[in-house]
Amino acid sequence: MAKLDVELTVNGEKHKLKVGSQERLLDTIREQLKLTGTKEGCSVGECGACTVIVDDQAVNSCMVLTAQVDGSEIITVEGLESKSGLHPLQKAFIEKQAVQCGFCTPGMLMSALALLNTNPEPSKEEIKTALEGNLCRCTGYQQIIDAVEMAAEEWGA
Amino acid sequence: MAFKHVNKGVKRVDAYEKVTGKAKFGADLEFANMLYAKVLRTEYPHAKILKIETSEAEKMPGVKGVFTAKDIPNNLFGVIVQDQQVLAEDKVVLAGDGVAMVVAESEAEAAAALEKIEVDYEELEGVFDPLEARKEGALKLHPEKEDNQVIHHPLRKGDVEKGFAEADVVLEREYTTQFIEHSYLEPEAVVVVPNEDNHLVSVYGSIQNPYATRNAVSAVLEVELADVRVIQNHIGGSFGGKDEVVSAMAARAAVMAIATGRPVKMVNSREESFTESYKRHPYHLTYKIGATKEGKLTAMEIEAVADSGGYACQTPFVTWRSVVQATGPYEVENVKTDTYGYYTNNPYTGAMRGYGSPQVIFAQESLMDELAGELGLEPVELRKRNMYSQGSVTASGQKLDRHTVSLNEVMDKAMEAIDYKNKYEEYSKEQSGDKKKGIGLSISFRGCSLGAEAIDAAASVIQINKDGSVAVYSGLAENGQGLKTIFSQMAAEVLGIPMSEVEFKELDTSFTPDSGSTVASRATLIGGNAVKDAAEKLKQRIMTFAQDKYELDAEVMELKDGFLYDGQGNRLATFADLTGEMGNTGILMSAYGWYKSPPISWDEEKGCGNPYFTYVYGCQIAEVEVDTGTGELSVINMAAAHDVGRAINPENVKGQIYGGVMMGLGYGIMEELELRDGVIQGTNFHDYMIPTIKDMPDIKPVIVENPDPDGPFGAKSIGEPTLELGSAAIANAVAHASGKRIRSLPLNLERVLIGRALHKGGK
Repeated sequence: MAKLDVELTVNGEKHKLKVGSQERLLDTIREQLKLTGTKEGCSVGECGACTVIVDDQAVNSCMVLTAQVDGSEIITVEGLESKSGLHPLQKAFIEKQAVQCGFCTPGMLMSALALLNTNPEPSKEEIKTALEGNLCRCTGYQQIIDAVEMAAEEWGA
Repeated sequence: MAFKHVNKGVKRVDAYEKVTGKAKFGADLEFANMLYAKVLRTEYPHAKILKIETSEAEKMPGVKGVFTAKDIPNNLFGVIVQDQQVLAEDKVVLAGDGVAMVVAESEAEAAAALEKIEVDYEELEGVFDPLEARKEGALKLHPEKEDNQVIHHPLRKGDVEKGFAEADVVLEREYTTQFIEHSYLEPEAVVVVPNEDNHLVSVYGSIQNPYATRNAVSAVLEVELADVRVIQNHIGGSFGGKDEVVSAMAARAAVMAIATGRPVKMVNSREESFTESYKRHPYHLTYKIGATKEGKLTAMEIEAVADSGGYACQTPFVTWRSVVQATGPYEVENVKTDTYGYYTNNPYTGAMRGYGSPQVIFAQESLMDELAGELGLEPVELRKRNMYSQGSVTASGQKLDRHTVSLNEVMDKAMEAIDYKNKYEEYSKEQSGDKKKGIGLSISFRGCSLGAEAIDAAASVIQINKDGSVAVYSGLAENGQGLKTIFSQMAAEVLGIPMSEVEFKELDTSFTPDSGSTVASRATLIGGNAVKDAAEKLKQRIMTFAQDKYELDAEVMELKDGFLYDGQGNRLATFADLTGEMGNTGILMSAYGWYKSPPISWDEEKGCGNPYFTYVYGCQIAEVEVDTGTGELSVINMAAAHDVGRAINPENVKGQIYGGVMMGLGYGIMEELELRDGVIQGTNFHDYMIPTIKDMPDIKPVIVENPDPDGPFGAKSIGEPTLELGSAAIANAVAHASGKRIRSLPLNLERVLIGRALHKGGK
């Protein structure tokens, strides 16, 4: 099967890739780029573990074909930490004990990042709406909400 | 006692790798020359296998091997009863049984080859209800067994006939509970590497219980335990679920890794996970209870019938916990309890957080509210007149006097947290409109750790490096619950060093001693004691050395903040210099820790003894709003008060409470694995709904601390108690709001509105 040429900017780095026409963005990220922080939990867009940011939007990368997002700018969990240290969201997730098994964490962080990028002072209800597509079976969500609230405050400060 | 690290909400030691995506889970692993494997599973719940034709599959591109039962050295495994097949040989007993497997250069090639395998079946009648399976002459699942009974646990105390004769009120009620999917976010994954570091096979992956998996793999391969090395990776949730199903997966991958001489990776899709994994046991419960008009319980007669599905798996132990806790935390003179498990052609059932308690608590705590109603007593009052207090004797004849019996305290604190009394009074009045509010509670006692199921002991190893950094190893496994952090806190506390000096190491069965399984909320209690033991041995060694070196009494000196102090506030040495010097003089700077639980006992014939050496107590209260016009149920507030002995990490304890309450909410009001003749209808999260962030009530966690003499720093358990109480509290709140008593879980729209499930045969 003919491969397609695509160009993606992932975590600030440009990649020229050859992808199959049916290749999911999730597979490109995990298997071609070896960025395994993005997780596969259900493959049908229900659990949110594979959430990444494509051009400022949080998307389920299992539901997107890579060819569809040619030329896009993508952020994965690996792109959050910078030379100046952890992102305020990462710090807050650690501080508020918002992590248990950690499998939903990358997706949660990405959905929260997309929220704060567009709405730096979200209400509790807005946080819930932004994270509604991300399932977590360990934490009961409370400490995740606490973390997003803390990050919003830190970020705004 | 003032603690430095223990009893503090210190940050998780594994959080950094988890928030940066660096943490490697089973599916993230890659090895050079790795192959991928897939399993062909049957769609029939009960069928004879007449023929498996693999020749076409073998010719498919990339295929390195096709395997059936005949290729498995020992095809039977199981923790308690060895009745589970790695691959079905002559017969399948549940839809989802593996019949063949393919290993290939890629996952896609393995999947394509699976479709070329032809299996001829002869369909058999099935039995899908344990109440049918128990009948005389019922179709037998396992021909070599006498009947379909997996287990029967009796318990007899006093004389129930006499007790019922003394009662003014006798109630008989039936309750049912449902199949539940664990719904860990990470589907199962393993990689088996052959001939690595002198081991026949190394097993990596999302493994809840590395020793159980090692036992299974070595039994299946018919090799020594020492030939099999299991290394646990980060595990994306388990809740009791990644035990037998992962052991089977590891055994299959091991067979293929040995056959090909190459690493073999297996990762389940969500659909495969739903199809193959074991579930929470559904129960059919019959309760008869007698009480005097003053509200004193005189007798309870209980029968609990559990659906074991196709295999015995953990049913004998799950139903044993039920028999111990079936009366709830109440003094009853006369008790007759029988719990049973039966084989059916349904998915098999095993360990899931709670383990035989959520089912009986739903029934028995619903029943207490029903009885209170009959007697004209408030639910709290009926409980207070009968519940355990210090020195009470349980149904099995155990006197509760080794620890603090804190039911009164947990109940009062939960009531205070949610303003129970005012709300109960307000919602008991006539409410206008369709939307009605109610409040309900439930209480429990829960035996900590394994109890009389098995020998209950655990090990740890602590090693002090020459620079004063400390490595901690445990035979129990991090499952996401926070064990690495808890154990690191304990080691730092005893050795008087900063948390940053402690490094918790991954579990590797080739190094750490077998400590049994990380189950039964036993890690903090049993494993914690083992960590404390190792740390204390090293501390004693350090203090003996210091006593000679500084000619000061070891009792006076103190290890604190990474220094040795003379007891007068003066620093004598850094921890690093002192321990480094000890190492250089040839003193062993590592120690094994070991802890074995205090004696317990159980008479299986009579159902009496001291089944657990300590217990925890909890109370949860739910406040709900029921739309009596539509059946819509909103859980608005929940309070959860749990006595944990001592909270080693209060923030972690809160995390366990929030998570357990939400899992209990799912169990109570929304989750149900729908089966049609043994076949799961819907194998992903769009069919099987678990609570989202939008389903959250406002949860008020209340930590109650009564240090236990046998717990490390007084700590006991928290993981499982948090989810066993919610469903009954919610059912009681719904009855309070609407006047409707629902005796089947979950309390979904149709049950709340019309009182039964809409699907065929729905209760």
